[in-house]
Amino acid sequence: MELATLTGLTMAIPLAAAVANPLLRRQHNLRDSLTLLAAVATFATALAILGRTGGESSAPMRALTVMPGLDIAFAIEPLGLMFALIASGLWIVTHIYGVGYMRGNGEKGHARFFAAFSLAIASVMGLAFAANMFTLFLFYELLTLSTFSLVAHKGTAEALKGAKTYLGTLMGTSIGLFLVAVVWTYTATGTLDFTPGGILRGHVTGSLVPVLLGLYAFGIGKAALMPFHRWLPAAMVAPTPVSALLHAVAVVKAGVFTMLKVGIYIFGIDFLAETGASTWLMWLAAWTIIAASVIAMQQDNLKRRLAYSTVSQLAYITLGMALATSMGVLGGGLHIATHAVGKITLFMAAGSIYVATHRTEISQFDGLGRALPVSFAAFFVGALSIIGLPPLAGSWSKWLLILAAADTGEWIIIGVLMLSSLLNVAYLLSIVGRAFFLLPAEDTPQAWSEAGPLVWGPPAFTALLCVVLFFQAGAVTDFLVPIAEVAP
Amino acid sequence: MSGQAAGDALAGHAAGAAEAAAAAERALGLAGHLPVLVVLVPFLAAPLAVLLGARRLTWPITFAAALFSLAAALSLLSGVLGGDAISYHIGGWAPPLGIEYRIDAANAFVMVIVSAIAVAILPYARASIAAEIPARQHVLFHALFLLALAGLLGVAATGDAFNLFVFLEISSLATYVLVAMGAYRDKRALTTAFSYLLMGTTGATFFVIGIGFLYMSTGTLNMADLAQIIAQQPGNRTIHAGFAFIIVGMGLKVAMYPLHLWLPGAYTYAPSAVSAFLAATATKVAVYVLLRFLFTVFGPQYTFEAAELTWVILPLALLAMFAASFIAIFQVNFKKMLAYSSIAQIGYMLLGIAMLSQTALSGTIVHLFNHAITKATLFMVIGAYVLRAGGAFYRDIEGIGRVMPWTSAAGVIGGLSLIGVPGTAGFVSKWLLVQGALEKGWWWMALLVVASSLLAVVYVWKGIETAYLRAPRDDVDRREAPLTMLVPIWIMALSTIWFGLSAEWTVGAAGTAAEALMSGASELPISGGAGH
Repeated sequence: MELATLTGLTMAIPLAAAVANPLLRRQHNLRDSLTLLAAVATFATALAILGRTGGESSAPMRALTVMPGLDIAFAIEPLGLMFALIASGLWIVTHIYGVGYMRGNGEKGHARFFAAFSLAIASVMGLAFAANMFTLFLFYELLTLSTFSLVAHKGTAEALKGAKTYLGTLMGTSIGLFLVAVVWTYTATGTLDFTPGGILRGHVTGSLVPVLLGLYAFGIGKAALMPFHRWLPAAMVAPTPVSALLHAVAVVKAGVFTMLKVGIYIFGIDFLAETGASTWLMWLAAWTIIAASVIAMQQDNLKRRLAYSTVSQLAYITLGMALATSMGVLGGGLHIATHAVGKITLFMAAGSIYVATHRTEISQFDGLGRALPVSFAAFFVGALSIIGLPPLAGSWSKWLLILAAADTGEWIIIGVLMLSSLLNVAYLLSIVGRAFFLLPAEDTPQAWSEAGPLVWGPPAFTALLCVVLFFQAGAVTDFLVPIAEVAP
Repeated sequence: MSGQAAGDALAGHAAGAAEAAAAAERALGLAGHLPVLVVLVPFLAAPLAVLLGARRLTWPITFAAALFSLAAALSLLSGVLGGDAISYHIGGWAPPLGIEYRIDAANAFVMVIVSAIAVAILPYARASIAAEIPARQHVLFHALFLLALAGLLGVAATGDAFNLFVFLEISSLATYVLVAMGAYRDKRALTTAFSYLLMGTTGATFFVIGIGFLYMSTGTLNMADLAQIIAQQPGNRTIHAGFAFIIVGMGLKVAMYPLHLWLPGAYTYAPSAVSAFLAATATKVAVYVLLRFLFTVFGPQYTFEAAELTWVILPLALLAMFAASFIAIFQVNFKKMLAYSSIAQIGYMLLGIAMLSQTALSGTIVHLFNHAITKATLFMVIGAYVLRAGGAFYRDIEGIGRVMPWTSAAGVIGGLSLIGVPGTAGFVSKWLLVQGALEKGWWWMALLVVASSLLAVVYVWKGIETAYLRAPRDDVDRREAPLTMLVPIWIMALSTIWFGLSAEWTVGAAGTAAEALMSGASELPISGGAGH
């Protein structure tokens, strides 16, 4: 098949699933199997693209001209392909888990739920393969809208409040700042194509460079840079599969992915380094890393704690871009992958605990480890990966970021990264400790056990992925090297 | 001096070419008369419908006339997209004495908007007015609809200032009665129609006084001719006064912010089909007239340098964008919310005018179109709600998203376009406005434009929350809207997406129109004006 056809299919398949779901409202098994099939097919298509291009960048493929000079176009490029592979691969796992969770929990509106889910995946695919900022922006907004209904899914007052914060922050930042940045870029340079080495050199100068970078950095609200991070904990009212895939992988990674794209292909790493425009962003990211970790420590609700942990971890990737070195970008890119597997494990384990016990507060977890060994073991592995201990995936990306900070001589940043790891230990491992070493509270029934293989299987699987990725990290970095080696 | 001479020669040459082309076309028969037929057919269909009096024949006649106008407008537009103009002399009397119809990209585009909306709304209106207006009035309703349509098309087509006033009054008078027909559902339509009549007539009177002043000092009513003579009399106080009267008069018709008071009531209490038609066309045509006078008759130089109109229009536009959006947020009636949103959106159009650049003006003109289809979609959705739920108050439509999923989904698309989400028509115009602001280096203006669309997020969200996230009421008619309404609604909704993803045609046409307007009258082919 043509590359263009394959690229189109990665969006068309989830889109078809989104259309099919409401049509098969009553046939639960058929509907969920078809969606699973779609997930597998999407992943296979992304793999086929990998096989065909071998990770080489392709020329832009124009789909539609919106206005003269503004095209909807797609292109294959290592970072995007990696993101598409992660999102579609984890979609398979999350879909299986989601079916188990939604059924095990007796949630309502399955067809609507999985339709919006599939639509969100289609948007992520479009975003990952976007060949220019305009296309990326289009799918970025589509992703916000399709996930919004997932956040509001339960329809309770709390869900509506969370959904309002979610939509308000993401729409507000993207229309209020991101759009202005995009139009500014277009007005200044006359193009929005992602170009190795950036397009802004010579068009935007002096103190305007950090201002434009600020419009992008805050406008990309999905990257959850402080002070625009509140939507992320608010979105945790959504059913756990949504939190797992969308708010640990797809949505937030779409944010930092966009951030990396902006840094690499719009500004250009060298341009950022020369102008020093990203120095302030580096400090802000460092602040976000520490502050979010401190807030996470104070959360008793498990999903909220994980949400703040995500805020902190996302800032690692922004930091990698803001360091403006090849190594930093590489570390940031790798962290997209390693954090994805680690965080999805944590979220799915949290959901598994919820389905089995309907407990959400960490203070109620005393002694649950014996009843739910798989869930808590998976949680433990995920936590270690997030902390960055070998032999788990998270250690490599953190290692690269520390190297990058050392390269640029930012010793304080190294300190920040170290401190953050310590804080991670404090707020993640304490949960596991509670579950395994404390005695169960008196009201805990003896009969509790794991909820079922559809629910505990997926986190166990992704925990395994954390280990595998540790040994295969070299392959991923080799794959990503072209994005970091762009010469102006 | 030599540049001037060359310009004149060019204009003369172009005029000769246009005249020759026009003569050649006239020889071909019907096609040559399209500039006048586009207006005349619906105009004459109105009395025809009344004289025949048969209720069964009324709708086909109305629809056929609207369809003809659309076809004619499209054919005219395709003829002028290259950048030249068609001049048509009524009865063969040469301007400036005779009445001239002059079609260029700007007004052909407006005529396409008006007639396309009419064609889309008429099938929809059948079910809607059957429920809202007693059957004995249907013939009159359609006749008035035709008159309003013909008036709006005439305003766009004509190149004669007084003729423009006549058509403006034809459409306005018909509209007052159409709005008053909402009284069968809600008696408040009568008082709003009356206040609309008062304010509309005030506006028209101001306008005609302005025309009178211009005629006094120039001795002509032909717009192209006026433009030439006004350019030669920069210091004429009478012309200044005329200018002021015309701007204020049209400001009323446009619903420029402090002059907008007639609009919310009229849109709210009119029959649903009329609200949809009015919201999509009437103010758009008024904006066109404003453009025509600011740019063609007075010329950009006069308007923006001598009169410094930028600093008059700009604050009013910003006021509309923010104040009206704020008011829209606090409405409890869906129609009224959309009415205030319209005032805010008119603010965008005025903003594009005030910025005085090719890009921003294209934004204004393309927004005429994009906002027309967006608002038509939304008002048509509300009409379907009114039919099933019996009212447009938020409390009437709580949870209606589950009862009428198709109608509501179209409403969501319209709402997204109103916000300006990428992939919808509203985004295209907003993009051009922001780009226009940044090209001028007015970054604060760019921020204000996007800030005001954030207010749109709030009021659209309130509508969506009401329709989807509340429990449906028990007494609501639990049925989807009839297909005759759903199909036009979805044609409109899909066209907001289509023109958001593939805007080459609309942006291209708007760009041509903006270019013609920005260059003022001097470079347009002028026929018959050489005597002065």
